[in-house]
Amino acid sequence: MLKVESITKNFDGLIAVKDLSFEIDKGQILAIIGPNGAGKSTAFNLITGTLKPTSGRVSINNNNITGMKPYRIVTKGVARTFQTTSLFDQLRVIDNLMIAYKWRTKIGFWNTLLHTPSWKKYQEESFLRAMEVLEFLGLAEKAEFFIPTLSQEEQKRLAIGIAIMGKPELVLLDEPTGGLIQDETDRITELIRKIRDEQGITVCVIEHKMQMIMDLADKIVVLNYGEKIADGPPEAIKSDTAVIEAYLGGEINA
Amino acid sequence: MFTKPIHTKLFFLALLIAALFLPLYVPDAYMFQIVITSVLFAIATLGMNLILGYTGQASLAHGAFFGIGAYVVAIMTKAGVSFWIALPVSGVVAAVIGFVIGLLAFRTKGHFFAIVTLCFGVILFQVAENWIELTGGQNGIFGLDRPTPIPLPFLGTLEFYSQPAQYYMVLVVLLLTLFALHRIIYSIFGLSFMAIRNNEELADAVGVNTFVTKMISFAMANFIAGIAGGIYATIMGAVSPSAISIMITFNFLIFLILGGMATLPGAVVGAFVIPIIMEVLQFMEDYRMLFFGALLVVVIIWFPMGFVGGLKAINQKIIAWRQSKTSEDSNA
Repeated sequence: MLKVESITKNFDGLIAVKDLSFEIDKGQILAIIGPNGAGKSTAFNLITGTLKPTSGRVSINNNNITGMKPYRIVTKGVARTFQTTSLFDQLRVIDNLMIAYKWRTKIGFWNTLLHTPSWKKYQEESFLRAMEVLEFLGLAEKAEFFIPTLSQEEQKRLAIGIAIMGKPELVLLDEPTGGLIQDETDRITELIRKIRDEQGITVCVIEHKMQMIMDLADKIVVLNYGEKIADGPPEAIKSDTAVIEAYLGGEINA
Repeated sequence: MFTKPIHTKLFFLALLIAALFLPLYVPDAYMFQIVITSVLFAIATLGMNLILGYTGQASLAHGAFFGIGAYVVAIMTKAGVSFWIALPVSGVVAAVIGFVIGLLAFRTKGHFFAIVTLCFGVILFQVAENWIELTGGQNGIFGLDRPTPIPLPFLGTLEFYSQPAQYYMVLVVLLLTLFALHRIIYSIFGLSFMAIRNNEELADAVGVNTFVTKMISFAMANFIAGIAGGIYATIMGAVSPSAISIMITFNFLIFLILGGMATLPGAVVGAFVIPIIMEVLQFMEDYRMLFFGALLVVVIIWFPMGFVGGLKAINQKIIAWRQSKTSEDSNA
């Protein structure tokens, strides 16, 4: 479904991502792992348009999206979250979600000013979808809450909710459990599975927590110094000598 | 979704009634004039509130668009065009000039945007002062007519020579502006402005075209400023470069900061209360600016959201406190 073909990002001589290629199939959960500074987040930024690749090609369902602006890439069905939990913290929970549905509607200046029937329809549709997502996230009672009153885990859930609000085909999650304790991590892992199984959304996830990734992912891509050093199912990655040397060390066998 | 509590609604109703009967209790013609110009400043400040308060883009060219509106009405009515045609044109011209400036200025963000728009404001002031054939230079354009009377069937004509008539005209425009802005702000369309103010990167990532959205907000803000300036010209009967000067922008800015950024009543409160305080403090002469300086410092440090924002913050704290209480109860 998503196809990344030898993308390279060169920051004034520093090569952050080098000749990276991989593919995500529909219905998969793909994990990107690698040590700090391996270029995982840069790869995300290249796919979602936050950065433009120096060379290479990114496509979804054979539509070329290379170098498109982020707000356009969303409309092609690829949504994302950010490494540091990124929310609209001045707005209420429900507003955070409704804004993420705007691109699916034709809400604009004139129909808002005139309160036309189509405006009402879209406003209603966004609201219903927001309530559906809140239900899915387990945050239904918090619709009217302001962001600072939410716990860390709830904020992470909401960030994921914002990404899936517009019914994307593929969602890219950048460290969805960063800074959470084991119990919370388990619940988020469960949520990620539900995104695939219940919402039918393909998932690509960056993570550091090995155990969680090995349980969750169908396929793993390992980056080191901006280059892919291995990919394959968790079993193969566990026993891959290059990976063990570069990253895992004795950790996984211990 | 966005309903207000009943006591807030009653309060606004009382304010509306007070505004409707204002000509009956305003003390004298001088004070009435201050009220009328305050209403116009309130309209322009509402425009500034949209781009600065809600969209988070500090346009310091706002006074210049007010001035553009004033000059457009002055030039067109001098040329014999009806005021009622010149007025919408003044808004459109301000919006179009704003569009061109926005194309360049929105390549910058934050403080840089403020500085770029400030520069454009100064340029427009220079144009007004030096393009003598069009603007009359430093003398400006004077001897402007009052708004063209409107013939009404069976009732005679609606004229705008008296202060009450002018007052009701500007009040209608203020209410229309509030009505339009209320609809815009309390909708998903308005959320896209606030999303940009709050977290531009995320707004982009969830499908908001930030450039176009900022341009729309800027165009609306400038249209409103142009309309307010256009009415200002006809009521004052004259326009001079002082109507387009940077001081106008800073007056709007002070009204907005003290009244309350990103609240609809805040802009109106600021534009009303401050000119009146200015009058009350007349005896202090230039020293009253000391008072305002100190007031601004206090407000920016302790009440960054201004008077109305301060009230709102207290209200939200109560709501948040209630929410945390209920979630504690449900967890227990």
